[in-house]
Amino acid sequence: MGTANRLLRFIPEWILPGFTDAFGKVRWRQFCPSLTLVVHSFCIAPALFLVAAILRNTLGPDPADELAVRTGEWALRFLILCLSVTPVRRIVGLQWIAPLRRTFGLYSFFFAALHFLVYVVFLLQFRWLEVSEDISERPYITVGFVSFCILLVLALTSPRVVVKWLGRRWAGLHKLVYLAAILALLHQFWILRASIAESVLYAIILLPVLGYRVWQKVLKSQSEKSQV
Amino acid sequence: MLIKSRSKSDILSSEITPESVYLSRRKFLAGGTGLALGVAATGFSELAYSADGDGLRARAPEGIALSAPSSWWETKFASINPVEQGGPFSTDESLTPYNDVVSYNNFYEFGVEKGDPIANSGRFEVDPWSVTIEGEVDRPGIYNLEDILKPHALEERIYRLRCVERWSMVIPWVGFPLADLIKQFQPNSKARYVQFFTLFDPSQMPGQRSRFSTISWPYREGLRMDEAMHPLSFLAVGVYGNYLPPQNGAPIRLVVPWKYGFKSIKSIVKIRFTETEPETSWNMLAPEEYGFYANVNPEVHHPRWRQDMETRLPQSLFGSSRMPTEMFNGYGEQVAALYSGMDLARFY
Repeated sequence: MGTANRLLRFIPEWILPGFTDAFGKVRWRQFCPSLTLVVHSFCIAPALFLVAAILRNTLGPDPADELAVRTGEWALRFLILCLSVTPVRRIVGLQWIAPLRRTFGLYSFFFAALHFLVYVVFLLQFRWLEVSEDISERPYITVGFVSFCILLVLALTSPRVVVKWLGRRWAGLHKLVYLAAILALLHQFWILRASIAESVLYAIILLPVLGYRVWQKVLKSQSEKSQV
Repeated sequence: MLIKSRSKSDILSSEITPESVYLSRRKFLAGGTGLALGVAATGFSELAYSADGDGLRARAPEGIALSAPSSWWETKFASINPVEQGGPFSTDESLTPYNDVVSYNNFYEFGVEKGDPIANSGRFEVDPWSVTIEGEVDRPGIYNLEDILKPHALEERIYRLRCVERWSMVIPWVGFPLADLIKQFQPNSKARYVQFFTLFDPSQMPGQRSRFSTISWPYREGLRMDEAMHPLSFLAVGVYGNYLPPQNGAPIRLVVPWKYGFKSIKSIVKIRFTETEPETSWNMLAPEEYGFYANVNPEVHHPRWRQDMETRLPQSLFGSSRMPTEMFNGYGEQVAALYSGMDLARFY
């Protein structure tokens, strides 16, 4: 918590009254309830903007396609946000952000579900034969669908009761989130052929986030060796 | 034993009219037009000027319409021959609204999102513009667009445009037949294909500055000579009776309505006549997805998209404007003969 506190200490009291105590220490506890509200507003905002865009008819001449693209993008963004929580928490020392991992993960699933629904309802209009053909024959849809199925399983196993019931197996199961992220990125990369700019951007963010885990694993195994 | 048979794709030298003859015919026609206008002025005005005032099926809405890039453009657009209703170069399907035609574009030189071309092409310079003619041709050179357009009368054409991404539009173009331009420059007997190049100018085209682009610029496309000489092949300099906006390929672009949209190359600066099949951008990038011919074909699916259906734009979220895609985009009656005996699943 140290680094962040040292930085935030300099926020003048008159910008955010009560944000720090007399010793310049940030009062996280007091701000936590409103923080939950802020986080949820931030997460739900893209969906509200999309609803507004539908109502105002500003999605262009092919709104179904545009909706599919945008919901998919938000699913990927929240997935990357979700995976960024732990490295940021450990490196910067913001312990209190740990619950955001679950929040962002669930919102990623929420947008992925919207993405899949838009595709089935608006793009293919419930022609399930075409859906199954797409999933089995078109690799970019196959990987996208697998990624969605993983998110579905992770979402279903995220209530605290299920977490408790699964015990140790939960952590192992939820490691699948890394695979989901890689497949989601591949899905996006595959769609656009002419420019890889967006995928590269996401990959640049995802790479250190995943790399951090690998590095941690290496450190852990080394320390175990040295203990032996 | 070698029997040299003439394939359908070979254009006989004799079929390509010498420019002198061609120009004199144009002059005769121009004279005739003048005469017709005289007649129109004396009493047949209803014929030439229908409801919206000029006989054209569609005009860009007042206030949105572009102003002329320069005065010669204005003179050029002063007379546009309306398309014959019910004829081979028109359709009675409803037009895609002007606003959608000019704001929903694939023109990766200006960015990969559909809204990028209109957002990033506002300052695109279309005048002066020159086009290089090279390769197997008798009159190579660098020509001003004004001089290229001089002998050609502009006409309206209403074509379906089918994108490989499974959406389609109906667009009223203004321009002239590609065949007329080809005859103008007299390709020689070796010319079996014609290749087109888009402008390469990263200072004006942000997409060309992108390090992440997988297209090797400049964008290029090509046609077999008989395809290029087909009466449907068209060079557009306008849309909706108005000058072509940059995002639609100003100042001059190709329109080949029976092929997927990416064949209809925009902002052309070079036309090269070749003996062998020329390189085309999407084929260079992903040959297993994009062939040289790229004819609209509901039976041959793109690896990433089925091609048997299309969405006619504009489409509302709940209403369905999805319709079956027709072979050769519905122009089969006119173009199928070009491909007789060819396996279109192999030459996709």
